Amino acid sequence: MCQSCTNNLLDNLLKHGHLIDTGVDGLYGRSGVFEDVVMRFDALITRWGGGDGPEVMRFPPAMNRKHFEKSGYLKSFPHLAGTVHSFAGDEKAHANLLEQVGNGEDWTLGQKSTEVVLTPAACYVLYPVVAKRGPLSGEGALFDLQSYCFRHEPSKEPTRMQLFRMREYVRFGTPDQVTEFRATWLERGQKMMAELGVPFDLDVANDPFFGRAGRMLANNQRDQRLKFELLIPINSVESPTACLSFNYHQDHFGSTWGIQTPDGEVAHTACVGFGMERVALALFKHHGMNVENWPAAIRKVLWS
Amino acid sequence: MKSKIREVLSKHGRLPVDIATLSDSDDLHAAGLTSFASVELMMALEEAFDIEYPNQMMNRRHFSSVTAIENALMKIRQDMAA
Repeated sequence: MCQSCTNNLLDNLLKHGHLIDTGVDGLYGRSGVFEDVVMRFDALITRWGGGDGPEVMRFPPAMNRKHFEKSGYLKSFPHLAGTVHSFAGDEKAHANLLEQVGNGEDWTLGQKSTEVVLTPAACYVLYPVVAKRGPLSGEGALFDLQSYCFRHEPSKEPTRMQLFRMREYVRFGTPDQVTEFRATWLERGQKMMAELGVPFDLDVANDPFFGRAGRMLANNQRDQRLKFELLIPINSVESPTACLSFNYHQDHFGSTWGIQTPDGEVAHTACVGFGMERVALALFKHHGMNVENWPAAIRKVLWS
Repeated sequence: MKSKIREVLSKHGRLPVDIATLSDSDDLHAAGLTSFASVELMMALEEAFDIEYPNQMMNRRHFSSVTAIENALMKIRQDMAA
């Protein structure tokens, strides 16, 4: 049963100290309890997926700008990207910078782009790494990733953070290998979330592609059923939140990065993504702000 | 109209095969028309034929062959004239 429907969820989370205000919408600190829930969910994912023997990799929440440019992210989501810039001027420029800061003026015009951008999705860092290794083996490949990701979409909804963690399993291989992986996780994901006692639905979805041309990409993605989301009502029942997503990229990343199967065919890829903060928020929303009072069965799943 | 469609396809379709080797009814997606290329194709068709695809016609079906593109363009023109 929903324990906190009558309250504004963000206010409630801030009041209980689970999220810590920074003055920027979508940018929050996390309490120790919140982090513990995230870590327990992380461990639960491993219990369900670790047996498949993925290669575990962890990257900092930034990626090579050249890889980012090649990935095509700017074609689809220019509005969400976060790029890292830095001061690169001389002493005179520094004096101007300080004067502008002091006067409350825009001081960012002299900033130069660096070689890094913020990671938009955990798997974007992976493709060039896999491509560099050469053709896949006959079994394909499976990776376990987790990273903070950035998306510029400030919002009062706590489920739409600008910096959040995404855990992913990413499968590379033939179309049969990767679609079987996704089908497995469509089943597993539902069983796993059922254990956590939260209401959910599974639905076909599309990414938030930019602009009018993006409408076409979104329609194609839906028509081909390339993306499914596991949706949990967190902010409202009418607009449930995607907490897990199951994506079949076809040969998009394989052809972008020149990744091949042993037969010389372009590799296909698929991933399952877990929104770590979103799942934690779903648990706080549906089981209450005090984790000690969560149902025993749920506590057992997470803390046993 | 079909020859103009083929011209736009050869410039913007990024097909791995020569458009001349495909019949009017051949499946363009099977021939290698990607999602991103179909977006570029749509915008090029809009410019070439001075039309605008409505949201409900922005999908794979309407870009699946030369004939499908022609049918879509004729429908859009009819709707614009109505």
